[in-house]
Amino acid sequence: MTVETLERYILEHRFFEGLEPAFGSLIRGCARNVRFEAGQYLCREGEPADQLYLVRHGTVALEISAPGRGALTFQTVHEGEIVGVSWLVPPYRWTYDARAAELVRAIALDARCLRDKAERDHDLGYELMKRFVPVLVERLHATRLQLLDLYAPPA
Amino acid sequence: MTSDRPAVLTLEGLQGLIEALAAEGYRVLGPTRRDGAIVYDAIAGLDDLPAGWGDEQDGGRYRLVERGDAALFGYAVGPHSWKRELHPPHLTLFRTRREADGFSVEAAADEPEPTAFLGVRACELAAIAVQDRTFLEGPQADPHYARRRAGSFLVAVNCGEPAGTCFCVSMETGPRARGGYDLALTELLDAAGHRFLLEVGSERGRALAERLDARPAEAADLAASRAVSERAAGRMGRRMETGGIKALLQENQEHARWDQVAERCLSCANCTMVCPTCFCTTVEDTSDLSGETAARVRRWDSCFTLDFSYIHGGTVRGSTKARYRQWMTHKLASWYDQFGVSGCVGCGRCIAWCPVGIDITEEVAAIRGEKNPESAG
Amino acid sequence: MSAMAAGAAATDPMLPAVARVVGRRRETADVWTLEVAPPDGWAGFAPGQFNMLYLPGLGEVPISMSGDPAAPGPIRHTVRAVGAVSAALAALRPGAAVGLRGPYGSAWPVAEAAGADVVVMAGGLGLAPLRPALYRLRAERARYGRVALLYGTRSPADILFRRELERWRRQLDLEIEVTVDRAAGDWRGSVGVVTRLLPRIAFEPVSSVALVCGPEVMMRFAADALLDAGVPEPRIHLSMERNMRCAIGQCGHCQFGADFVCKDGPVMSYDRLRARLKIREL
Repeated sequence: MTVETLERYILEHRFFEGLEPAFGSLIRGCARNVRFEAGQYLCREGEPADQLYLVRHGTVALEISAPGRGALTFQTVHEGEIVGVSWLVPPYRWTYDARAAELVRAIALDARCLRDKAERDHDLGYELMKRFVPVLVERLHATRLQLLDLYAPPA
Repeated sequence: MTSDRPAVLTLEGLQGLIEALAAEGYRVLGPTRRDGAIVYDAIAGLDDLPAGWGDEQDGGRYRLVERGDAALFGYAVGPHSWKRELHPPHLTLFRTRREADGFSVEAAADEPEPTAFLGVRACELAAIAVQDRTFLEGPQADPHYARRRAGSFLVAVNCGEPAGTCFCVSMETGPRARGGYDLALTELLDAAGHRFLLEVGSERGRALAERLDARPAEAADLAASRAVSERAAGRMGRRMETGGIKALLQENQEHARWDQVAERCLSCANCTMVCPTCFCTTVEDTSDLSGETAARVRRWDSCFTLDFSYIHGGTVRGSTKARYRQWMTHKLASWYDQFGVSGCVGCGRCIAWCPVGIDITEEVAAIRGEKNPESAG
Repeated sequence: MSAMAAGAAATDPMLPAVARVVGRRRETADVWTLEVAPPDGWAGFAPGQFNMLYLPGLGEVPISMSGDPAAPGPIRHTVRAVGAVSAALAALRPGAAVGLRGPYGSAWPVAEAAGADVVVMAGGLGLAPLRPALYRLRAERARYGRVALLYGTRSPADILFRRELERWRRQLDLEIEVTVDRAAGDWRGSVGVVTRLLPRIAFEPVSSVALVCGPEVMMRFAADALLDAGVPEPRIHLSMERNMRCAIGQCGHCQFGADFVCKDGPVMSYDRLRARLKIREL
């Protein structure tokens, strides 16, 4: 894959919609194209969160595995969405497993590389924050609704 | 008496009216004194009426007092309203019987006796008109109410003695009856003697009046009758400002006053039971032990009960605040959307029979941001 | 007055017809579809309406019709066995008798949506009263633009009408997206709240019609997501739930503000509901 193609993929991804091309170049420097077969893991709970993924194709299941209950999927991530917010805040550690539910094509971004660039260029940092914070808020909202167990039969 | 011109009945003439109604086949109900209150019950004649008794009413207070005169209708209103007759507190809707292949449904016998109501106040006539809209004018009429209503003969008695809780003038329902009755009386007690001005309000009323021993009314009788109503109108114990009240309540659902009234309200449902327009019911199921027969019984319910708004999983209006707000907003605001009129006729019963004296007129004033003239501070 | 009252005294709307159960189908662990032969005088129903089903000595409950309003044959009611009456209803076998009054309530604006894209959002058991609308949308598919069903439920085991949804999806008549709140490893579909499905479908928000049914909390957020996407308030329709006893606006239980949910609803447009949905315990 050419550098140009990679940069185009980043700029065309819904997560980076409307991003200034200059930031695209900066981010591209941390990016590589990746692919996971169904069943492969993008990351594992407890490992350092040194990557994040822009999903270009396929479905990723975010899971927590519990003894006796197996792997429980609490969210799925689809084309145009991202896997990984743990890279943004210390201790930079994954708190779930991310498994490719089918063939997944994604752009992997090196977290250390991105953090360093954001630290040097706060404009880039702010741009990243504006895009990641809504993901966090949306997941928190979804978690609240799931916690309410809205569709459960009344006790 | 041969025309719609007002006439005058003596006490004997009133006795004659009661007897004529009974002779027509009506069960005659009227005011009687029982258990320290004026309640509606079967009457045979003047002796059953609460001669000389009046009432004193205020927030959370109702007392009978001796008037010191011979007035038969010298009180305002008691805890009963005619709702008890037209929309009974307890009514079996139907019975079922187990059959080989399931069950059969049989409508409960419901052949109410034709009933004459003697002593219907203007506010109560208004309340009946309000309930007509609920039970007769929707897409599906309530046949039980319709039967009772069709068989009822209304003898209004204009109110001469409003209570401290009355505000029919504010609600534009009284104190003088302006239609909706078969016959209307005004009790006159003056130098010209104890007598009743009789006015006709319907064909049925005219037919009955023609059989009574009455003399044509003179100008002095008419003037005396008007004076009774004017004097009553000037002696309302309460007032309610109704301008824009629908929007006022519907746009103030989060007003702090609801929390304050909830601190006092006991959710006892008294106000809804005594209210002459509150119509809510629930349906209960009963069956014999073998399950051979079962019945569905409709009975009055109240928006003050927790069960009232129960849906799977819980009660929608769990707090007293929400239930009081529902009642008052429904009564004074939503009613316009639902039935084109206010659900309040200004009879004051909810004020008198509230065990803690919550006053609907005071609550409206508070939400308006006024200080109620009745409550200092 | 007397003429009016006499004319009205003819029939008692509270008397149920005795109808016959002709079939019963288990949908999930606690949800059943009861098929009832139409009683005499049954004139059909519109999508979104409900019947009152009664069992002697137990009581009466509102149950939505879930079948195709245009199909001849039994009336389908989908019921979750949660209370004494609904559990007894769910346990009825073919041949059993059941009391039936109805149909009652307002309908989904299916015909009115002709020419528009239609977004159907269902949560949990809320799919049942929407299924009659889906049947009609499919039957007259050419009259509509894009039609999507977004359905969220608790877990894969709680998906209602699963085979039918799979068949519809294969036939490509409707875009169908299903998501669950939680899933074990063998679930291949989406996990997450139903509103997250909205960005995945293509539709023209401004001119589309949205039909939403589910728990009230779900409907509030669904309506917000539809509004954010650009669907105008009057084009978003919700089906409200309140306590219903009489179904004819005379018992007072189902009031939601000035509306009687039983006769002014259950289906109402969001512009009418918005302010009230934000008031607690209304």
